[in-house]
Amino acid sequence: MIETIKTQITNIKKHKFLFEELVKRDFKKKYKRTILGMLWSLISPLMQLLVMSIVFTHFFGQNKPHYTIYLFAGNLTYSFFKDSTTGGMNSLMQNSNIITKINLPKYMFLLSKNVASLINFGLTLIIFMIFVAVDGIAFHFRFLMLLYPILCMIIFNIGCGFILSALFVIFKDIQYLYDIFTLMLMYLSAIFYYTDSYSERVQQIFYLNPLYVYIKYIRCIVLDGYIPGIKTHVLCLGYAVIALLVGSLIYKKYNYKFLYYM
Amino acid sequence: MKKIELNDVSVSYIVGDFSNVGLKDVIIQKIKGTYTQKEFEAVSHVTFSVDEGELLGIVGANGAGKSTLLKVISGIMRPTTGTMAVRGSLASLLELGTGFDGDLTVKENTFLRGAMLGYTREFMNDTYQSIIDFAELNDFEDRKFSHLSSGMKSRLAFSIACLVNPEILILDEVLSVGDGAFRKKSEGKMLEIIKGGATTILVSHSLDQIKRMATKVLWLDKGKQIAFGDTQEICERYAEFLRTKTI
Repeated sequence: MIETIKTQITNIKKHKFLFEELVKRDFKKKYKRTILGMLWSLISPLMQLLVMSIVFTHFFGQNKPHYTIYLFAGNLTYSFFKDSTTGGMNSLMQNSNIITKINLPKYMFLLSKNVASLINFGLTLIIFMIFVAVDGIAFHFRFLMLLYPILCMIIFNIGCGFILSALFVIFKDIQYLYDIFTLMLMYLSAIFYYTDSYSERVQQIFYLNPLYVYIKYIRCIVLDGYIPGIKTHVLCLGYAVIALLVGSLIYKKYNYKFLYYM
Repeated sequence: MKKIELNDVSVSYIVGDFSNVGLKDVIIQKIKGTYTQKEFEAVSHVTFSVDEGELLGIVGANGAGKSTLLKVISGIMRPTTGTMAVRGSLASLLELGTGFDGDLTVKENTFLRGAMLGYTREFMNDTYQSIIDFAELNDFEDRKFSHLSSGMKSRLAFSIACLVNPEILILDEVLSVGDGAFRKKSEGKMLEIIKGGATTILVSHSLDQIKRMATKVLWLDKGKQIAFGDTQEICERYAEFLRTKTI
């Protein structure tokens, strides 16, 4: 186990230059080297937030305090997950002409996509913090604990990306099914509604959804003002590790078979 | 010392509608029990070895399994059955145009492609100017790659690739590219690398080239190994085979 990790690390060092160049490529392609391109990726979640907050506060009469922040926390997490897994899913097929001609580690392409999504998430997070400040929530040193769910999410997204990209190589209709799946996931993750009105039992069921756990963690820190218990911590890391483990096993097993379907 | 050894190597592809079918269809077919997977043997039972400093030429018609065999040696694919050993650092130039991105500039593409070939950043910083000079693209560095002519693209591709310095070199129809003048220049450059002592595998449709350069020849046809050994003898047989085939 330690041996394989060691060889992986030397592998990553060896391909550091390639990795940097891939990140640059994905980043440039994403924003098309325009200021507006970069701005757009920030404006788009904000617009979504604006629409949702108007709809739910004015039409559905949602009037709990800090509802915008509640909504934003959910949206932020969900967008990060969707952006990074969709990018990850496409990463192998988009680079199929390279993978079939040059012997390179395939996960590099997925990781570089994830870096681009992470940068995007980071920028949105800054805006989120500005909203938090404007909404009159005081910053507290426990906000540093936000790093924990974010780190777990990065691992979780990479793991899901592994699984999805492998599936996408073999089943080309996965991208449509995944669109439907993410839409369902959005409604199941309590992004714009509260779960308190449900019974204790149903509230427990929500914890089966990894995304809900990450959203819940962030809301606990920012809105509820306490660090969640050990159970939430275990779940956060557990989901991440399981996703990464399953994903890496699939890659290990099918590494040389992907080629047949490209 | 044997640099490359292949022992009874076969490679099967999975074919059929499978790769075009989606998850939904596969599930339905699995339930119905009509799900089948066909295999196609692209390379079957090939055995050969290449000694240090030798140049192996591979000949054969289109679809003979040459490129698949090179993919196996390059480590992109695994043999389905049989064993293989490759000893030493390996550079394989299967398709020079691989990895370029139309949206990026010539300069960005040069670094990206260099990284894919395993060069270091320091090496690329040092040699970047000479790559551009060799490709004769001095006025085009900041152009989008997709705006270059196809001749310019292949010149750039060759200029980056020819800086490799491996123990084992694998070439798939890439010995010379571009127009008249550049063709001469590029062939000379490749010969320089080969003569530098690299063990080389060369796939070429030019029998002349193979005759001139190869120390051994492997002849494949429809995935099967027809002959392996002496250049002169096999080239004559292959030439004979081509003559009878056209009639």
